[in-house]
Amino acid sequence: MMFSAAFDAVIPVICLAMAGLAIMLAESFRLKNESMPLGGLAIIGLLGAGTASIFLWDRNATSFGVVTADNFALFVNLVLVVVGIFTVWFSSQTVHRDKIPAGEFYTLMLFSMVGMMLMVQATDLLLMFLALETMSIAVYVMTGIRRDQAQSTEAAFKYFLLGAFASSFFLYGIAFIYGISGSTSLDRVGSVIAAQSMSGNPMILLAVGLLIVGFGFKVAAVPFHMWSPDAYEGAPAVVTGFMSTGVKAAAVAAFARVFLTALEPMIAEWAPVLWAIAAATMIVGTVVGVAQTSLKRMLAYSSIAHGGYLLVGLVAGNDVGKAAILFYLAAYALTNLGAFGVIALLGTRERANDDLRDYAGLWYSHPALATLMTICLLSLGGFPPTAGFIAKWYVFSAAVGSGYYWLAIIGVLSSVVSVFFYLRVVVMMYMSERDARPVPAPITTIAMTGLALTVFGILYLGILPTRLIDAAQASVATIF
Amino acid sequence: MTFALIPLSHFLILSGVLFAIGTAGVFLRRNLITLLLSVEIMLNAVNLSFVAFGRQFGTVDGQIIVFFVMTVAAAEAAVGLALVIGLFRHRESLNPEAFTSLKW
Repeated sequence: MMFSAAFDAVIPVICLAMAGLAIMLAESFRLKNESMPLGGLAIIGLLGAGTASIFLWDRNATSFGVVTADNFALFVNLVLVVVGIFTVWFSSQTVHRDKIPAGEFYTLMLFSMVGMMLMVQATDLLLMFLALETMSIAVYVMTGIRRDQAQSTEAAFKYFLLGAFASSFFLYGIAFIYGISGSTSLDRVGSVIAAQSMSGNPMILLAVGLLIVGFGFKVAAVPFHMWSPDAYEGAPAVVTGFMSTGVKAAAVAAFARVFLTALEPMIAEWAPVLWAIAAATMIVGTVVGVAQTSLKRMLAYSSIAHGGYLLVGLVAGNDVGKAAILFYLAAYALTNLGAFGVIALLGTRERANDDLRDYAGLWYSHPALATLMTICLLSLGGFPPTAGFIAKWYVFSAAVGSGYYWLAIIGVLSSVVSVFFYLRVVVMMYMSERDARPVPAPITTIAMTGLALTVFGILYLGILPTRLIDAAQASVATIF
Repeated sequence: MTFALIPLSHFLILSGVLFAIGTAGVFLRRNLITLLLSVEIMLNAVNLSFVAFGRQFGTVDGQIIVFFVMTVAAAEAAVGLALVIGLFRHRESLNPEAFTSLKW
């Protein structure tokens, strides 16, 4: 049927948008004290998007000439669905506690995921820009959703200002690409660049530079990372978990799509630049992370460093590197969601409880939670047998495979240093006495189940990674 | 028409100058509203280059893109101004120096 064929590739996005609209409607017709399972509606939309992504696998559907549902995009879609489900899962506890307006929160979350999925599925730079803005604007509001907290609003404004600033760089890059090729479609751009020798053309170099700035901001790569510690610290922990995984996954995937398809003929020009950015990102994220006293801020720097590892896969640019990016995104998403889930669940309305000292003696008050947090932190640090280890090993082997030995060495060294600050939290949890601070409230069974699932995922990917690696390799084989 | 004789490079230079003015504004100005306006100047500088390139190619693509960008800019301005109001309620100030609960 004509109708269904034209819309195939956007079905996951439609599912999310419909669920978002349903929540918006439900919220506006809700009576004053009526409670509605809005999170459940969000889960339905997410499961719909996930199912649609599975059914679209291997079909290479395209819609309207600007949206594609190739396996690469579908893989990232599935990662995003997991991110969304866990975010709803953990926020079901914290939204009520922090008096966050639930309707707005879930609607914005789903709309930003619409942006993320479209950004990954876009084969046209203009659509990619619109999707990036859809994602970003919703996430800016989510960052500042606790209007009673000066910190949250301030974080939102900083994020907003630098995000909008970066978007205009991204758009300027698109303008130059359009000026060179007369089109914003990645296919056309790629063929124009491949057909003519573009290496000496200053305009294309400018365009590539501006695109790197734009993507660099969204990925939080050094030197464009200034917003991320503030935004991550000021936002509610659930939102931080969501944006440090979802936004990063979408941005990295779109980055890879643009640079490894349309701009691949210019790899000799951009690879050295990204090499330097990746190395700086890994080093700065790790070194500055060591000095932090707030766990949220520390994990913000850790997530900057992880952005650097993802860029290593992009610089390597070979098939292993592309698959490594996908595997890393999945492993990192699970791990960071688990870690920020713990932070979110330990907070209270008045105090975020995100200082390192707040975790002292956690083992004695919440043994299960301390164990789960330990596994998440070990996975972030890259210990076997967790997902983080396989992901890092895979990325570095891609770098070595392409001959970037120094990049791999910098990566290994920085992850060794990063182990220091992850273990500091672990030592804090097990070996130090709790001071006079109040013991955090007990965690509900539902939330614990969610955390246990993320940790199960981390261990599964760490011990039996083959299936996901195969899927990642199969999905990059079809498009690049 | 004398207008048709203006070469593409003039438009691009003007757009580059506007973009630089906007960028400088974001870094140098010390008022939240002016910061927002600087970002708007940057987006409009980009719009100018889209229109200029579109005219060069003789198609309307460039102008259509501008409509999308204007929509995005409007949505951004709405969120940005709402955040400025939120900040002002907390601190009674529009000076970015007053917002220091997070390290820059």
